[in-house]
Amino acid sequence: MIIQTIMFYVLAVVTVGAGVMVIASRNPVHSVLFLILAFFNSAGLFVMMGAEFLAMILIIVYVGAVAVLFLFVVMMLNINFAELRAGFLQYLPIGGVIGIILLAELVLVFASGAIDIEVPTTVASPTPPADEITNTQALGDVLYTHYAYLFQGAGFILLIAMVGAIVLTHRRRADVRRQRITDQVARDPKATVQVTDIEPGAEGTWKSD
Amino acid sequence: MQPFVEPDYLPALPELFLAGASVTLLMAGVFIGDRSTRLMTWLACVAMAAAFVMVLVLPDERTTTFFGLFVTDRFAAFMKCLVLVGAAVTLIVGLGYVKREGMNRFEFPVLIVFATLGMLLMISANDLIALYVGLELQSLSLYIVAAFRRDSLRSTEAGLKYFVLGAISSGLLLYGCSMVYGFTGVTGFEGIAEALATTVPGNVAAETGVLIGLVFIAAALAFKVSAVPFHMWTPDVYEGAPTPVTAFFAAAPKVAAMALLLRVFLGPFHELAGQWDQIIIFVSIASMGLGAFAAIGQKNIKRLMAYSSIGHVGYALVGLSAGTPEGIRGVLVYMLIYMVMTLGGFACILAMRQRGQMVEEISDLSGLSKTNPSLALALAIFMFSMAGIPPLAGFFGKLYVFLAAVDEGLYGLAIFGVLASVVGAYYYIRIVKVMYFDQPAEGFDRPVGVELSAVLAGTGIITLFFFAYPAPILAGAEAAAAALMP
Repeated sequence: MIIQTIMFYVLAVVTVGAGVMVIASRNPVHSVLFLILAFFNSAGLFVMMGAEFLAMILIIVYVGAVAVLFLFVVMMLNINFAELRAGFLQYLPIGGVIGIILLAELVLVFASGAIDIEVPTTVASPTPPADEITNTQALGDVLYTHYAYLFQGAGFILLIAMVGAIVLTHRRRADVRRQRITDQVARDPKATVQVTDIEPGAEGTWKSD
Repeated sequence: MQPFVEPDYLPALPELFLAGASVTLLMAGVFIGDRSTRLMTWLACVAMAAAFVMVLVLPDERTTTFFGLFVTDRFAAFMKCLVLVGAAVTLIVGLGYVKREGMNRFEFPVLIVFATLGMLLMISANDLIALYVGLELQSLSLYIVAAFRRDSLRSTEAGLKYFVLGAISSGLLLYGCSMVYGFTGVTGFEGIAEALATTVPGNVAAETGVLIGLVFIAAALAFKVSAVPFHMWTPDVYEGAPTPVTAFFAAAPKVAAMALLLRVFLGPFHELAGQWDQIIIFVSIASMGLGAFAAIGQKNIKRLMAYSSIGHVGYALVGLSAGTPEGIRGVLVYMLIYMVMTLGGFACILAMRQRGQMVEEISDLSGLSKTNPSLALALAIFMFSMAGIPPLAGFFGKLYVFLAAVDEGLYGLAIFGVLASVVGAYYYIRIVKVMYFDQPAEGFDRPVGVELSAVLAGTGIITLFFFAYPAPILAGAEAAAAALMP
């Protein structure tokens, strides 16, 4: 139990610290790297809660795709981050006021107990008990059976997104050297490969081309 | 855990077939290249025709499958037939344009098939998540085809505008769905209906929460059918998008979104009819009014058609506000007639070419009766029909919805509708006046093309002679309405 508590505090502190560094760091590449650190530690927190599927998704999707995309953007676009940050102090008061208003609203909502509403609890698919089945397996059990229709539909949407990206951006350029696989395969080895029997030690009749 | 039982795939046969066909077409297109566009377009039409036959052949009674996510009934079959016909006809009328205007890429018909698949899923949705997946499948394809002429500034602007506003409406829809799910505990339509009838009444928090969710869902669906006050995207997108795409927007997605609107309001939220009725009446009046007045000053015919379509949605919603089976029948007949007139109208617009260039100004139509009498006659038929002049089809569309509204005692709504259609008649008939009484301008390029002529003739004949034999359409719409409102 004590180890779990220590783990929790380590992960939580590193997450919050990395989060602060994301906005505080001067170098945008460092910001993205701190973001990745924050993602990894949040994934650790998810594992501690028994939500290992969310942890995996966080690593695969956010670190593997989103953060890498950020890195690409940061490195490839020449954005002057110092300029973006220049107005920080100027906007601090109004930002602070908005933050305090939001905080006060949240406190009011929780303190007044307005969130405790009795909602009819008809549950569409009951959650299986966590000690019998891992939640990855539980999700897979419904995703590929009862929701296979929606899964396939979502797959089609992604296919359309891909087709759309190609349709709207791909241009056939004349000056590009393309790989022509049929030409490569159809090439006659006799015309291109020369087998030469070289006497050991003899001065070569080696043809370089 | 209990053993898994395979769902019954048969009720979803048209969708499964279309999904398979779209992927096959995509792969074939990738291997053959852009010279296959014409072939792909025809194959896409054949696939839609096959799906149409499947919809007709499948049993009519209400069936749910995929564990309640998917439903088919007569209503779904009726709407799916409309959508498939609308999509196939727009592909055919667009053939010439696609070839001439640098849109000759095989992805175009494939994306239209994807969008049509999304619409079929929308129509058959029986669950909030299934609804969202179908809607996104459709919308994403539509954003792409709106921007399909990527070298044209107008087209890319239309695509971007539509995408940003569509994303907002999707956000509204999801927020509404999450509220409904949160306060009822289910996402299935039957479950929501049951919860609204049993557990929710009496619980003030849940009542309010579901109501807020309903308002958000209504706003998002109103966006999809482009009803006032969520219509702002329509004129810009219709004007900027390539004309065959505009024709498609005006025909198929509008019908599908209307089907979704009817199913959501009359299915899960039937208990709250007293609440959503007010929204629908307001939206209907505002759409009719804006459609009538804002179109008067338009010079571009695609913009005019956009405002006209906003107005038509208003008239169709009159039937929904009545909330009776007769009213729903009126909506279905209205959507059918609207689609036929719109397809015909856009076929005329696609024939507006001068020296190889598309023209879109109303003044370009001057004296069309002298230079191309048959085209002028066709456009005149569609314009008179849209204005609601008897005995053309458009008159009967309006008649059925207004009759249903009067039966329910909604006199104010019916009177406003009639007044709005009188105002609207001004700009429809102005086009006829420009064609028949103004000095002839330079005529349009000839020949118009076999596909366009065939579509013009077909839609023109349906519009002209609807009154002679309306029985099959009315019977179909009545059966569909009965399936929705037991």
